[in-house]
Amino acid sequence: MKEISIEELKEKAIQLRKTALTMIYGAQSGHPGGSLSAADIMAALYFKEMNVDPHNPNWEDRDRFVLSKGHVCPIQYSALALRGFVPYETIYTLREYGSPFQGHPDMKKCKGIDISTGSLGQGLSCGVGMAIAGKRDFKDYRVFSLVGDGECQEGQIWEAAQTAVKYQLDNLIVFVDNNRLQIDGFCDEIMPLQDLEKKFDAFGFETKRINGHSMEEIVETLDEVRVAKNGRPKCIICDTVKGKGVSFMEDVADWHGVAPNEEQYHQAMEEVAGGLR
Amino acid sequence: MSILEKDLTVKKATREAFGDEIVKLGKENKNIYVIDVDIAKSCKTVNFIKQLPNQHINVGIAEQNAAGLAAGLATTGKIPFVSTYAVFGSLRMLEQIRQEVCYPNLNVKIACSHGGLTPANDGGSHQAIEDMGVLRSVPNMTVIMGADYYSTRKLVEQAAKVYGPVYLRFTRDTVPMIYDENEEFTIGKAKKIKDGSDIAIIANGDTVRLALEATKELEKQGISVKLLDMHTIKPLDREAVVDCLNIGKIITVEDHNILNGLGSAVCEVVAEEGKGTVRRIGVQDQFGQSAPYEKLLELNGITVENIIKTAKELI
Repeated sequence: MKEISIEELKEKAIQLRKTALTMIYGAQSGHPGGSLSAADIMAALYFKEMNVDPHNPNWEDRDRFVLSKGHVCPIQYSALALRGFVPYETIYTLREYGSPFQGHPDMKKCKGIDISTGSLGQGLSCGVGMAIAGKRDFKDYRVFSLVGDGECQEGQIWEAAQTAVKYQLDNLIVFVDNNRLQIDGFCDEIMPLQDLEKKFDAFGFETKRINGHSMEEIVETLDEVRVAKNGRPKCIICDTVKGKGVSFMEDVADWHGVAPNEEQYHQAMEEVAGGLR
Repeated sequence: MSILEKDLTVKKATREAFGDEIVKLGKENKNIYVIDVDIAKSCKTVNFIKQLPNQHINVGIAEQNAAGLAAGLATTGKIPFVSTYAVFGSLRMLEQIRQEVCYPNLNVKIACSHGGLTPANDGGSHQAIEDMGVLRSVPNMTVIMGADYYSTRKLVEQAAKVYGPVYLRFTRDTVPMIYDENEEFTIGKAKKIKDGSDIAIIANGDTVRLALEATKELEKQGISVKLLDMHTIKPLDREAVVDCLNIGKIITVEDHNILNGLGSAVCEVVAEEGKGTVRRIGVQDQFGQSAPYEKLLELNGITVENIIKTAKELI
């Protein structure tokens, strides 16, 4: 964990949003909506909470991060670039031939990616495997995973969840980016998820629900779960807005996987530069 | 003693070989893990659970999760063996194997009992006839089926020692013990059981014993047979297949669909070399049903008689 103020973390979130937008604009391809909804959580994890070393990305005692909703990798790539895992210029190569920044995270090509993901529903199981290994080896590292709410329609998420509870993985912290949207529209219309907080709670997780854009709440919650070595995996449902920070992207499903044009990009950069309202 | 003179009435299921070998491997290396999906008794991992509980995980009836969890373990240096039935190990968890194991080339082994038609009375739903072909199509995957107890033990041991994804397929039912305990096997290298000059028979898994019996009979009738045990269908021992092209006439035998299994793999090499003729004996692109194992083999022409008949037609 690093000492950093809330105000500085908010500034990091602005940088993450700008970097992700620049990356997607440059590639004219990628997923801005979910990248922006996850930006504040990612800022707190990569600039404060997680014990990772950009100079030794495979350090065996590092905290792990599993981006189960792999398509929002531009926001993780932004964190990796800003933390120095890869040269900053890498952001101009998103989705290009030979780039470490593949369309979806590829652990073989990019430093700082702990597991390749991209097919929804699968990442959390990998995180469970990492967390079990940590327990069995008496390691102190923790495993953080970001899961989408729409992704929770996949049955495998719940297979992983029940396993995390059985093996008492209090070293596993799951964030649900609860932005209420998926590609085709609102989750409630496509396939209602009901109350995810109650669902994870019923599975046996220690569950919290917060505003996923309030840096204060994110940091406070991480402070709480950090000390809770109680044999229960943690789930933090983060209420978020898809496209957060860019007025014309907010709550619009069509911005799931479309790049902004030049005009939209400049407007978006201007809006996110001012921080969240 | 030559393998051709061996008493084929002594039998053991190759799933037993996995169960015995994995305990030995687990004791030698604490990074070897077994992940069960509830069917430990059937997959013969019970001794492993008893002796090495700290290297064991049981995720219940949740195969997809098992594959992903194994991938996560592998990123920390563990060598997980996911143990299940071949239908589930190849199909239920296929996408997880592709995305989380083979795509990142992680050191995960998928160890499957109930290969081919051997879960005979369980019916067509449980008979894995596509598994080896399906997994042969996934980059980075190695695909293996040993012919008997001792060869399977050796191949399991090697699978634990080579880096990367491996699919291992075992029989539910007993098969004759063909090889001696000290016989050596190498992943990706065909085992030449016998040299010959009139016809080449390439078999794998539980059909090697049929090919062996057919070979004995053909030899009696004055036909010289070259017999290979192609336990690894990927990477295929191309050189061994090319060597058969001097003879030019090849029969493949497998307890697997004739599409995309051993027969197809051999045909690919033969076609690329542009000479030689192949006849494939195997499951005739049809689902099985509940029946005695031998009956199911017969319904697909996977018999000693059909191998002999096919050989005679070919030469």
